[in-house]
Amino acid sequence: MSDITAPPRPANAPARFHWRRIIRGQEVGIFLVLVGMILFFSLSTDRFLTSINLTNIMLNFSWTAIAAFGMTMVIISAGIDLSVGSVMALAGIATAMLLARDNSPFAGPDGSVPDAVIPLAVLAGLAVGALCGLVNGLLITLARLPPFIATLGMLQIARGIVYGWSQGWPVQNLPGNFMVLGRQNIPVGSFNFPLPTVIMLVVGIIAWIFLTRTAWGYRIFAVGGNEQAARLSGISVMRTKLMIYTISGLLGGAGGVLLTARLGVAAPTAAQGYELDVIAAVVVGGTSLSGGEGSILGTLIGAAIMGVLRTGLNLIGVEAYWLPSAQGIIIIGAITLDQWFRRRQGKSAGFARLFSRGGR
Amino acid sequence: MQNQPILQVRGISKAFPGVQALSDVDFEVYPGEVVALLGENGAGKSTLMKILAGAYQKDSGRIYLNNQEIEFTSPHHAQTMGISIIYQEFNLVPTQTVAANIFTGREPLHRGVGRLLKMVDKQEMERAAQEMLNVVGAHVIPTDMIRSLPVAERQLVEIAKALSFDSRVIIMDEPTSALGDEETQNLFNIVRSLKNQGRAVIFITHRLKEVFEIADRIVVLRDGRLVGSVPAHETSIDGLISMMVGRSLDQMYQKETSDIGDVVMRVQGLTRHGVVEDVSFELRRGEILGFAGLVGAGRTETARLLFGADPKDGGEIWIDGKKPSIHSPEDAIRAGISFVPEDRGNQGLILLLSVLKNEVLPTMSHFTHYGLLDGAALQQRAQDYVNRLNVRTPSLEQKVMFLSGGNQQKVVLAKWLMSNPKVLILDEPTRGIDVGAKSEIYALMSQLARNGIGIIMISSELPEILAMSDRVLVMCEGRVTGIIDRQEATQEVIMAYATRHASAQGTA
Repeated sequence: MSDITAPPRPANAPARFHWRRIIRGQEVGIFLVLVGMILFFSLSTDRFLTSINLTNIMLNFSWTAIAAFGMTMVIISAGIDLSVGSVMALAGIATAMLLARDNSPFAGPDGSVPDAVIPLAVLAGLAVGALCGLVNGLLITLARLPPFIATLGMLQIARGIVYGWSQGWPVQNLPGNFMVLGRQNIPVGSFNFPLPTVIMLVVGIIAWIFLTRTAWGYRIFAVGGNEQAARLSGISVMRTKLMIYTISGLLGGAGGVLLTARLGVAAPTAAQGYELDVIAAVVVGGTSLSGGEGSILGTLIGAAIMGVLRTGLNLIGVEAYWLPSAQGIIIIGAITLDQWFRRRQGKSAGFARLFSRGGR
Repeated sequence: MQNQPILQVRGISKAFPGVQALSDVDFEVYPGEVVALLGENGAGKSTLMKILAGAYQKDSGRIYLNNQEIEFTSPHHAQTMGISIIYQEFNLVPTQTVAANIFTGREPLHRGVGRLLKMVDKQEMERAAQEMLNVVGAHVIPTDMIRSLPVAERQLVEIAKALSFDSRVIIMDEPTSALGDEETQNLFNIVRSLKNQGRAVIFITHRLKEVFEIADRIVVLRDGRLVGSVPAHETSIDGLISMMVGRSLDQMYQKETSDIGDVVMRVQGLTRHGVVEDVSFELRRGEILGFAGLVGAGRTETARLLFGADPKDGGEIWIDGKKPSIHSPEDAIRAGISFVPEDRGNQGLILLLSVLKNEVLPTMSHFTHYGLLDGAALQQRAQDYVNRLNVRTPSLEQKVMFLSGGNQQKVVLAKWLMSNPKVLILDEPTRGIDVGAKSEIYALMSQLARNGIGIIMISSELPEILAMSDRVLVMCEGRVTGIIDRQEATQEVIMAYATRHASAQGTA
């Protein structure tokens, strides 16, 4: 045996970039599901594969996806954040309150709000989201509440603040330059990318790098994989969890602000029940509810699947009333496939292995 | 003893991913016989027992019950055929009563209309349960909740349950590991009476002494193979050990002398009330300090205090003459202390994560550029330690759950060696590890000591303590009862200190 404590040898085998690692595992399986759904809808109706429709789909799942990136981290850490829909609404209301004509504390004598307030209002929305997340984190780490309970409480509290603050009325008359955030398109070639989608992709890339290329990301996986072992490896479980829930709140807030900008109104009922859409996107994307496993790319695909389903069914003439049932079937179907692939894992190489997560 | 075995297996093999747990094992048990099944951890004892009890399916081989070939399809099937297994961790529902546990799934029903509605006849169930409890001499009543019972009583409930199936073969997995002396004797009395009723008892144990007290025959497994089956009166403890280990002990322990240097860690009055009381000692560079004592003597608890894993009520720790404040494992790692916990799967490793991620967890923050991890450097370093420690893994991306116990332990060691510790605390470093890997870990310990690391080795295996330690610190009931030099350390001396209690303080 060689000397154990001597300094390591100099680098001789540079780590290569493995494209396989990117598409390995779960993502391939659900990516094929997404492709299959797109093919199905494209063949069913010629209205599906139009640039305006694709733009719509992307727009529609952008806020869900942004919140779902935060939720991915929460679920990888073996937690859950039920408050995200209410936090989205609260962040939206907070931003709108600072911007609404006549009602804003910054409103001029003519009732209009100067554009300089817009960045401040957006930051305020994000801060409110992050604060809700931080409180969740404190309840979970200091008060040692189960995440389900802490965030269930926050779901109600935040929604209550939304109703009380707005007195049940939608907050309207937002400045046009604010609504640009939700309505602007960025042309790439002949295709128009909605600004929220671009923001979502940027947030996704940052989240992906954060989760896979930083010490913080490693810590999230470690805490979710085994909290006790993580602590005994010198990881501050408390700090890690505080960070995770704060990020989830922050990204929920970002989704809420974008949603408000898109709709041009912050309704007290906004984003009601969105937490379930967000969680669905994450689990369809292959992140394990028992923690320690998951990916941002999977969540993005999961959110896209839910978005394609919603618009596609509409286009082929299925009444909107039936949509929840279809979503339920997709969730159950995707997870069943996931379980099946996992059981195959280790039993056979080759094709099944291509789909299995993590590699053996 | 009769001539016909009640249960017999021939040529049983069983593989798990990456491990051949059993290869071509023959085994039989006769009515009225008590068989002890011995072997090191990972030898295949539990796998064999689970196959006999229908919990695992064999890959190949045959099972005969009363000379009829049989395939057990489930534990329930085996149970109805008269074979019961009592697991170490038991199979009882804590929130239900004793009677309900004994009759789970076959509760006596009321007569008449009640039968149609599947209404349970509680009175009858409790009466029948009481009958079984009387047979095993349990001091519990059928309406007691399982969770209110001590371990020994739960075990008796399990035995009563086995009897309620009229089991002809009762398998017990380490039944005495959680019992005190008196409870063990009580259990043995019950085993003897089962034996007199013509039932066969198979039990797995690590306590060699009690094997001779109770077993008629001893069967030894090693690395999934049958090594021998001998009448208890024809062998000795030494004979059994060499059968289990497969080579003489001096070859296994690779103790090398190292230069023992300055004091690297000094501990004064370390206390956590009720668990660790006033523990003081010094550890020198290059020294292996063995921590001996009975289970529950406070050795692991002391280690956790040193590592900041539990809050201490008092005491001071100096490292290299400085007094770092240690309130968390994070602090301890910064101060140069590493801790390899006893329970690899739950505390030492994150089984879901890759070898790479496990290895770099404590040290990764040293490999960042602008907040991003330097993946190439991490891989380089992790691979380096995988090579040095001879970790057998197909790649750094392999999840550690798929590695063998010995290789898992090497991953834990690699993780800590990367942090360049001054003090390395090893809690039962070779538990559950096959012989080959054990010997590698001993060699590694010697080498680390030679490189100037101070090592604390907690071990419940006296031969390991005696072979590897430069000095032995013995604890009893949370206190240090003696610190013994290598030359003076013998099993007898250590046991004397380990049972001395607080009455006589040893010399430091």
